[in-house]
Amino acid sequence: MPHMVIANTLRDGRVVFLADKGEWVTAIADGALAHSEDEAERLLEAGKSAEAGDVIIDPQLIEVNDNEHGRHPTAYREYIRAYGPSVDLTNLTDEA
Amino acid sequence: MYRYDEFDHAFMAERVAQFSRQVERRVNGEMTEDQFKPLRLMNGLYLQLHAYMLRVNVPYGVLSSTQLRGLADIARKYDRGYGHFTTRQNIQYNWIKLEEMPQLLSDLADIEMHGIQSSGNCIRNTTSDQYAGSSADEIEDPRVYCEIIRQWSTLHPEFSYLPRKFKIAVTGAPKDRAAVALHDIGLRLHHNDAGETGFEVLVGGGQGRTPVIGKTICEWLAPEYLLSYLEAILRVYNLWGRRDNMYKARIKILVNATGIDEFRRQVEEEFEAIKSSPLSLDPAEVERINAYFAAPAYETLEDADLAEQRKQSPEFDAWMNSNIAAHKRSGHSIVNLSLKSTKLPPGDLRADQMDAVADLADEYSFGELRVTHRQNLVFTDVRQQDLFELWQKLVELDLATPNIGRVSDIIACPGLDYCALANARSIPIAQRINERFTDIDKLHGLGELSLNISGCMNACGHHHVGNIGILGVEKKGQEFYQFTLGGSSAEDASLGDRTGPGFSTDEVVNAVERILHTYIDQRDDEDETFLETYRRVGMDPFKEALYGAN
Amino acid sequence: MALIKQGQQVDDIFTDCSAAEELADGAVIVSLEQWREHKEDLLKRGTDLGVRLASDQHPLSVVDDLANFKVIALDFPAYKDGRAYSYARLLRDRYGYEGEIRAVGDVLLEQLHYMQRVGFDAFDVVGDEAVAQWKTATEDFTHWYQPTNDGRATIRDLRRSK
Repeated sequence: MPHMVIANTLRDGRVVFLADKGEWVTAIADGALAHSEDEAERLLEAGKSAEAGDVIIDPQLIEVNDNEHGRHPTAYREYIRAYGPSVDLTNLTDEA
Repeated sequence: MYRYDEFDHAFMAERVAQFSRQVERRVNGEMTEDQFKPLRLMNGLYLQLHAYMLRVNVPYGVLSSTQLRGLADIARKYDRGYGHFTTRQNIQYNWIKLEEMPQLLSDLADIEMHGIQSSGNCIRNTTSDQYAGSSADEIEDPRVYCEIIRQWSTLHPEFSYLPRKFKIAVTGAPKDRAAVALHDIGLRLHHNDAGETGFEVLVGGGQGRTPVIGKTICEWLAPEYLLSYLEAILRVYNLWGRRDNMYKARIKILVNATGIDEFRRQVEEEFEAIKSSPLSLDPAEVERINAYFAAPAYETLEDADLAEQRKQSPEFDAWMNSNIAAHKRSGHSIVNLSLKSTKLPPGDLRADQMDAVADLADEYSFGELRVTHRQNLVFTDVRQQDLFELWQKLVELDLATPNIGRVSDIIACPGLDYCALANARSIPIAQRINERFTDIDKLHGLGELSLNISGCMNACGHHHVGNIGILGVEKKGQEFYQFTLGGSSAEDASLGDRTGPGFSTDEVVNAVERILHTYIDQRDDEDETFLETYRRVGMDPFKEALYGAN
Repeated sequence: MALIKQGQQVDDIFTDCSAAEELADGAVIVSLEQWREHKEDLLKRGTDLGVRLASDQHPLSVVDDLANFKVIALDFPAYKDGRAYSYARLLRDRYGYEGEIRAVGDVLLEQLHYMQRVGFDAFDVVGDEAVAQWKTATEDFTHWYQPTNDGRATIRDLRRSK
């Protein structure tokens, strides 16, 4: 199963994924997939140097399912981070 | 309510400047996350699943309408237009940006609010009875002492690096609405045999992984010694609390390990040495602060006759039965605003609702309101003749659900939808229970019933002390929910008993239904509450209903 | 080591021997164990003495010997370990110690303003930033609620004197 690197940005705390060119993106679909242990390790290394550069905080490798249904982290906690609270926020905010 | 004087303002300005500098240095990369994290925690800023979360203190649950409008502005300006009220009478914003914190703090300081010490291993917000100052059953108003404790505990240089967090609660009524027995220090105002007002001091209560009911360390403490005694307890804790294991570091562990008698001896020894220090309460200062809590200009009124309106409107009648509490003055009532409609997550309020509530507070309750640890709001001083009109306006705002103290008045922590510590979600469970059992409640009159949900063992949802407690856990990547029954956070405090194995997300609401039907079957009559029934019949009938024949 | 004391970086005249095999000449800071073992000899030397207490060594352990120490160094093995804040207060308020109380170990610059309120007057931190932080600690925080016997007026005192 492929992996991605997830983190929170320092400045606004938002959930981001490491993408191919080393940039951080908010949409999980735009993030880089690591298909092997080596690739995953390299991806995490890149995440860690971004942390040292005070761009993001706490980069983590997460396992994702990538198929016709979309790209979904296998751990529910990470799924919620990627897609937002499971709660219906439409009565609370316009900005969900 | 208390208003900052020039010194409080000067103090706040210095601290806001300090944290603003620290934020700038972090954002500029001059400080690492390791160096910055303790500092932002001390100012109430967490990094959660989706964003930074800011916890703003609402000191002992008291808010002015001006402050509530300010909180609404902050929700709009810096967040996504809503806030969440917590089980410690605070408000949380879930979508904060670090780089906006300096400006946010300045806006908060303008309304005399802050997040100082709402996190970290220090003394947290002191909480209290949401009916303080107005309740018919009150012995003495605890608010002046809450304010005194608040000032003493704010950035106390000796107690800012405790073994673990520290929570204090104060009540002044025989009915304990502040859960003082579940706090690190609980304070109960009462009269001794000579009729003098003083504190019963409880120590070592708490929930979390190892729930404990607090023990009485002092039966009656003269108010002038309040701070000396607290300082003595804190010093003993700071010196001897465990620091090797964060799960064994609360004062409840120390008290259990030491034994209450020896612990008392150590505290009293320290107390004797500092009793008559500058910590003893200065009567002039007590009077100065107490003046802020003087009774508002109540009119002299007879109790209103609302029989006709109640007959005309069964909804109003239901609301009167559940959401109103007895006021010490005739012609007045305490009004609970339920934040437990089915429309929003429990305890959440939109910015436009906050503005509307602020206006209602101005019109009906002297410009003030309270936050309760059950995540609702209160207007403490409403004229009975205004109740029907106020109710109608609350209905428009979805804040009139007639469920205070009922099964759908659920405490739910933010859970896995928001919180980095959680194992399972709580909010969706609360909402499903609310939807399903509102009708059963109407049909069978379930009466007083507390249902509390926590998404992890940290028990921020107070599940240990719910009549029905639900704890979310993770098992093999799935969410499971375990039940406890028979808890109480009131003056008859008790910890719930586990029923047995947990239930999946699909099964849990049906399981609640079986618990409720067992209660209906087992109760002597409709007047016997869930808790009374449980204490009388025990776990067996509930266990059988949940798991089948033994 | 170099210290912050009275708002300046100063050289330390003491040699901290608390973790050493042998005691150096001149002014030394010793561990509690070394003090107990070599008390007679240390006193005979006639040099200035200091003791370094670990975070689990309550100052009661040296309360009868305080007159012998020019310096008491209180160790912070981790900045979170806040026991020494109470040790410093007890040394000043209860045991009447008037010598130097020094913060050593994992001392965060951001803690200086708490430490100097409870009785620390020297800090094992170095650098320009340390000096600047000390300045901040003593000058930018002028309002405090709690009495800690450091001679400063509390907010209550300020209110009274109005």
